[in-house]
Amino acid sequence: MRQTFIDTATALIDADPRTALVLADISAAAFEPAALKHPDRVLNVGIREQLMIGVAGGLALTGLRPIAHSYATFLVDRAYEQIKLDLAHQGVGAILVSVGASYDGSSAGYTHMSPMDVQLIDTLPGWTVHVPGHPGEVAPLLTAATAHDDPVYLRLSTQTNDIAYADAALLRPVRHGSKALVVAVGPMLAPVLAATRGLDVTVAYTHTPRPFDTTGLRELATSGNVAVIEPYLAGTSAHVISEALVDRPHRLLSLGVSRRDLHAYGTPADHAHRHGLDPATLHTSLTTWLR
Amino acid sequence: MTVMDVEPLLRRLTGDEKHAPSAFSTLDVLWVLYDRVLRVDPRRLDDPDRDRFLLSKGHGPAAYYAVLAAKGFLPPDWLDDLGGADSPLGHHPDRLRVPGVEISSGSLGHGLGLGVGTALGLRAQGRLEPRVYVLLGDAELDEGSNHEAIAYAGATGLDTITAVVIDNRSASHGWPGGIASRFAVHGWTAVTVDGRDHDAVEAGLRQAADGAPHVVVAVVETKEI
Repeated sequence: MRQTFIDTATALIDADPRTALVLADISAAAFEPAALKHPDRVLNVGIREQLMIGVAGGLALTGLRPIAHSYATFLVDRAYEQIKLDLAHQGVGAILVSVGASYDGSSAGYTHMSPMDVQLIDTLPGWTVHVPGHPGEVAPLLTAATAHDDPVYLRLSTQTNDIAYADAALLRPVRHGSKALVVAVGPMLAPVLAATRGLDVTVAYTHTPRPFDTTGLRELATSGNVAVIEPYLAGTSAHVISEALVDRPHRLLSLGVSRRDLHAYGTPADHAHRHGLDPATLHTSLTTWLR
Repeated sequence: MTVMDVEPLLRRLTGDEKHAPSAFSTLDVLWVLYDRVLRVDPRRLDDPDRDRFLLSKGHGPAAYYAVLAAKGFLPPDWLDDLGGADSPLGHHPDRLRVPGVEISSGSLGHGLGLGVGTALGLRAQGRLEPRVYVLLGDAELDEGSNHEAIAYAGATGLDTITAVVIDNRSASHGWPGGIASRFAVHGWTAVTVDGRDHDAVEAGLRQAADGAPHVVVAVVETKEI
């Protein structure tokens, strides 16, 4: 996904003089060819994330379409007030593109993880959040985001599904059943499909949890049982689901990354297991809930 | 019109008969900017080639509002309802509510980064005429975000930005060696002037040179705490 982002952003900067990229050293080497061609619109501010977002806000104030990029924890967690004030409060947007989703950087430890990025962005009004589950979904999402001025968060991961879906801005059913609707966001689709094999449930996929497809949710949630499996903090979308189904009796299971700092390294698969997001644990959680 | 004509406008904002205009640390610098330096026009608020003035130090904006009213950016009637529920004028300015206000500010340490981005955005679009002015306070420099912007603008020779630091020595731990040196060490041209002397402030602002960002440290009376 990261390489797709680099290739797509490089092409967009070539094609569209409105597009600008702001970096804080992360991925700067990969964007060197673009920077040599467009030094005024490919800007590496050094390891200065507050400035990266401030610069993005300033660029947007002059009518450009800035893309700011770093690890999620530096881009969102560290620069949250700049996102709140230098973008949202100024009435301008930007495209924020992160890598290092949740525990992608598990071997580097908690300092390089951000399971809370989407929840932080969700505190602000008007953001579109894309969580692609496959590299093939990245280019269309990024390209579409450069065509307007609204705030967009594009969250890239090293965890991927087998198939790219072009039409997954809305809830896209990939398996049909009767006992529950299981929504898999982004790269959670692969483990969710494995976990629900043999279960009588509908599985629906989306790479765009904000705005959440509440119309599709209401159509698909006929059983009243809804499970939402997200690759970031558990419960991030619970308030949206609750509100969408406020007029109906329903049961909601929210699974995702827990708030616990594991103080552990290892692989993303190790962390998926410890947060209950591997296929076997997901299967147990879902069958226990459905019983 | 002189800065003294702003006084009745200030009184409408504060309802305060006691304070002389000198109670407002930014007043003279703002007046010099709007009266002599900035290429801005209330009839052409969206002119892409206008100079940009970013008030980073968003607290205590009475002098700013009064100068904007004096220069025709906002109706003087607005000054009678500072901070009211339906008033566009609050204790920190909102760019979406007040004509001519380039950034919404209040939380310290945001203006210089936005100013650097604005200067870069103008340059990327080939607009080389407009200059970006950012007004800060000496205590505001405590915020580390400023130093990210100071270091980057200096290292890249971003010469279309001018910072103006109002120095009333209100930073809790001060700036040993002086404020100008903080900028100069990063390659800014720096000048320290009497923030009440209009000619000196104007001269300082006009000392910006090609190849480096510029800072004017405008020294005013020490803030009484």
